[in-house]
Amino acid sequence: MRSGFIISIGLLLVALIASCQSDEQVEFNRYYSGGSVLYLAHCQNCHGEKGEGLQALIPPLTDSTYLKKNKASLACYLKNGLKGQITIAGRTFEGEMPVSDLSPLEMAKVLTYVTNSFGNKAGVVNLQQVQVDLQKCR
Amino acid sequence: MRKLIGTLVIIITLYSACKPNGPATLPILGNRQPVIKTVNGKTVTDTVYSTIPDFKFVNQYADTITGKSLNGKIYVADFFFTTCPSICPVMHRNMLNVYKEFKADDNFRIISHTIDPKYDTVPVLKKYADKMGISGNTWWLLHGTKDETYQIAKNYLVSVQEKNPQGEYIHDGYFILVDKQKRLRGTYDGTDPAEITKLIADIKTLKAEPDEVVAK
Ligand code: HEC
Repeated sequence: MRSGFIISIGLLLVALIASCQSDEQVEFNRYYSGGSVLYLAHCQNCHGEKGEGLQALIPPLTDSTYLKKNKASLACYLKNGLKGQITIAGRTFEGEMPVSDLSPLEMAKVLTYVTNSFGNKAGVVNLQQVQVDLQKCR
Repeated sequence: MRKLIGTLVIIITLYSACKPNGPATLPILGNRQPVIKTVNGKTVTDTVYSTIPDFKFVNQYADTITGKSLNGKIYVADFFFTTCPSICPVMHRNMLNVYKEFKADDNFRIISHTIDPKYDTVPVLKKYADKMGISGNTWWLLHGTKDETYQIAKNYLVSVQEKNPQGEYIHDGYFILVDKQKRLRGTYDGTDPAEITKLIADIKTLKAEPDEVVAK
C-alpha cells in the first residue's frame, strides 16, 4: 500500500518533469529567465517593476494588443529607440526611448520576458525571429 | 549553536537599547560649530549647524523661488534632468509617493533642481510636470544656471558632475530632507522604495518635533 503510493508519486514526478522538458518549453524558460535579468538592468528604471510605466511620461508594457500588433517591430524599437506619438492602452504618449545597446540574443530574451509578463502571453521571441525583424527596421 | 544563541541575545539587547525613549527626533546632519555667546551676562556654548544658504531659481511656472519661499516649510530636495535615461524615472516614480502623501500640506514642498538647464528650460519643466501629473505648488522643478545649481548641490552634500563621455550626467540619486531652520535632517536613496517609506515616516516625525511645530 505504502510503497505503491510512493511509486505512483515517483511516476507522477517523472511524468511532470518529462512534460515540462519539451524543447519549446526549455527554450522558453531559458529566454524568459535571461530576459528577466536583462529587464531589471535595462528597462525597469523606466517601465517599472510591473511594467506599469510612469504617469504620462513612459508608457506601460501591459497593452497586449499593441505588443501583438507591433510584434515584428519591437526589436527595432530597442535597436533604434522610439520617438513620436503612440497610443498605449487608450492613452497617448509622446516620449523618447533611447537606443539600447543589447545584442540580438539579449533583445530576444528581454522581449520574451516583456511579452510574457505583466499580463501578456505571446510565447517565445527567439534569436532567429529577432534577426529577421532587425533586417526590416526602417 | 550556543555561540549563535549568545550572539542573538547580544544583538537583541543592542537593538532594544537603541529604541528611542520619548518623542522621536531626527538627527541634524552636516557640519556643526560650537559658538560661545554671552547671554544675560553668562557665557553659554551654542551649536551652530550648517544651513542651506539663500538662493534664487525659477520654477516650472516661471515664478522666482528663493530661500524665503521655503520659510516655514519642511522640504525635500533632489537633482535630476528630464531626459535622464538611468535613475531619474525611478527617483521620480518614488518621489510621486512623497508628493501624494503630503500634497495637502502647505507647509511642505519638494524641489527638484535640473542639472541640465540648457535643455530643461522652464517650458520643458512645465511639460514634464504636466506629464508627471503634478500640479499646484507642492512640487517645484527648479531652473537656474549650471553654476548656481552645482553650487547649491554642495550644500545638500550631493555630488553632480558634468556630462561624461557618453553624454550622461553623473549625479547622486539622493533625496535630502531639510527642516524649517534649513538644516539637513536626512538623506535617502531615491531609487530604493524602502528608503522612501522611511523618508515619509521621517517627515511625519519631523513635522511633530516641537521646534518645527512653532517655526514660522
Ligand atoms: C529611458 C527610459 C526607457 C528605457 C530605459 C526603456 N524604455 Fe521603452 N519606452 C520609453 C518611452 C519614453 C517609450 C515611448 C516612446 C514614444 O512615446 O514614442 C517607450 C516605449 C517602449 C515600447 C513600446 C510602447 C509600449 O509601451 O509597449 C516598448 C515595447 C518598450 N519601450 C520596451 C522597452 C524595453 C524592452 C526596454 C529595455 C530593453 C526599454 N523599453 C527601455 C522609455 C524607456
